[in-house]
Amino acid sequence: MIISVASGKGGTGKTLVATSLALSLKGWVKVQLLDCDVEEPNAHLFLRPVITHIEPVCISVPTVDMKICNHCGRCAEVCAYHAIAVVPKHVLTFLELCHGCGACSYLCPEKAIAEEGREIGIVESGHSDGVNFAHGKLNVGEAMAPPVIRKVKEFANHDDMVIIDVPPGTSCPVVEAVKDSDFCLLVTEPTPFGLNDLVLAVDTVRQLKIPCGVVINRAGVGDGKVEEYCQKESVPILLTIPLDTDIARLYSKGITLVAGMPTWKDDFIKLFEKIGDIVHERAGGPKR
Amino acid sequence: MKELVVLSGKGGTGKTSIVASFAALARSKVLADCDVDAADLHLVLQPTMRVNHEFWSGQVAVIDEEKCTQCELCQDLCRFGAIKDFRVDPVSCEGCGFCFHICPAEAIIMKENMSGHWFISDTKYGPLVHARLGIAQENSGKLVALVRQQARGIAESDCLNYIISDGPPGIGCPVISSLSGADLALLVTEPTQSGIHDLERVLGVCRHFGTPALVCVNKYDINEDNTRRIEDYCLGQGLEVVAKVPFDNVVTEAIVKGVPVIEHAQGGVTKEIELLWHCISQALK
Repeated sequence: MIISVASGKGGTGKTLVATSLALSLKGWVKVQLLDCDVEEPNAHLFLRPVITHIEPVCISVPTVDMKICNHCGRCAEVCAYHAIAVVPKHVLTFLELCHGCGACSYLCPEKAIAEEGREIGIVESGHSDGVNFAHGKLNVGEAMAPPVIRKVKEFANHDDMVIIDVPPGTSCPVVEAVKDSDFCLLVTEPTPFGLNDLVLAVDTVRQLKIPCGVVINRAGVGDGKVEEYCQKESVPILLTIPLDTDIARLYSKGITLVAGMPTWKDDFIKLFEKIGDIVHERAGGPKR
Repeated sequence: MKELVVLSGKGGTGKTSIVASFAALARSKVLADCDVDAADLHLVLQPTMRVNHEFWSGQVAVIDEEKCTQCELCQDLCRFGAIKDFRVDPVSCEGCGFCFHICPAEAIIMKENMSGHWFISDTKYGPLVHARLGIAQENSGKLVALVRQQARGIAESDCLNYIISDGPPGIGCPVISSLSGADLALLVTEPTQSGIHDLERVLGVCRHFGTPALVCVNKYDINEDNTRRIEDYCLGQGLEVVAKVPFDNVVTEAIVKGVPVIEHAQGGVTKEIELLWHCISQALK
């Protein structure tokens, strides 16, 4: 089963939930945590994994053999991203714009275009105290996160319990990270910002036809509008974490909630059971 | 005219609350919400919408079932795994058009994609340019560029002193798009391991694009050891920490009320944000 932990708004506690959920389940089931927030991966700061494998993430970009090229301009014509331009005596490539679709090399009538890998990030994998771990890191200055996210997700072992830490937002990196999940947990806070971004996140996962539930973090400040919304939209609230300076302090030190306050482990196991029931029921099985 | 962009790397460090306060403090400015994925600035500035435009960007492939001979060539060649069972998954399609060009039956068309909306609004603090990327859409970078371009146009025609942008979290496409060419970046961080880690990466992006940066530590008193680590790190990097804003529930209260925090409370948070804006306006001179 794959559970993704997303939020819309940043800084609501995705990583807190993802890491504590993973640590609560280990020993019960085989657990894997995949940090797909490749722009700002943080789960490793809490799990401190032993990294055993590092590999580059490359996208295939064109290299033009100028001895063969006859400047026909077909490559520039087919490139949707304006990543290749043909001028009288040269072919210019703008590799940071290239999505690596392969159209230019395939369609070059002279077969003058080969492809080579351009590194845009890395994926590191290993383990942390009984949890299998992998995360991606987009290289600083690079724009395209989705190829790195795809690479991290290749590590998913579908027989295990896979927990995905998703980047904030609602656009392509989020979709890449969340799609193919069996369930998406949406972490929010009870403020107008939290609500506004939760609504967008619920719309996103509904479009992907993935069932979702909500974790309200920092409960106690703000207002009751998130609860009202969840009730109206029949989105279950599966866990509530209070605003608590002790929890904030643990987080600030890079200590997971369940390591710092072990009584929370039961809450995360219950959370997992509720998710299991929803996924099971949706698959057509009777309620356990 | 000078352009300030407020960034953080990590989400939820307080960018929007700070930008909303700058809106109330700065004279002669246009505001731009460059977090087009999950825009929140409008929730505090209470805008009245003046202009609402559709944002058309990029294309999506569509297969004409009547013409398709099910040869599978498009499925084999698509690098984004967007074609399955002779149908295009619009969410996975990156609009490259490779399939359109190679289909022997000419069964694939490329459809223009409406990927969001952008708005120009009036607020009691001045004009606001903001946007809403469609759900699960690409091209957030292009929409950010459009928001900035519109804000610049307003600043030029109204002879305004500042463009103040609320940036997106992360370091990827929309961040690069909101940063390149700005005069100054304010990096808002928090004294957590994640905050420090993410500050280092977003600073890397500023360096990469040659944008000068200043740092503000928000909620500095939730872990003063970490705040000192941030100050030491910044010192080593030749970066100035221009403000340390204390943690206070008044920030959340102001969000709930829908007003800038400096208009809601008169304590330490407000004093520090006023000082912060003073430092920034000096740095922008």
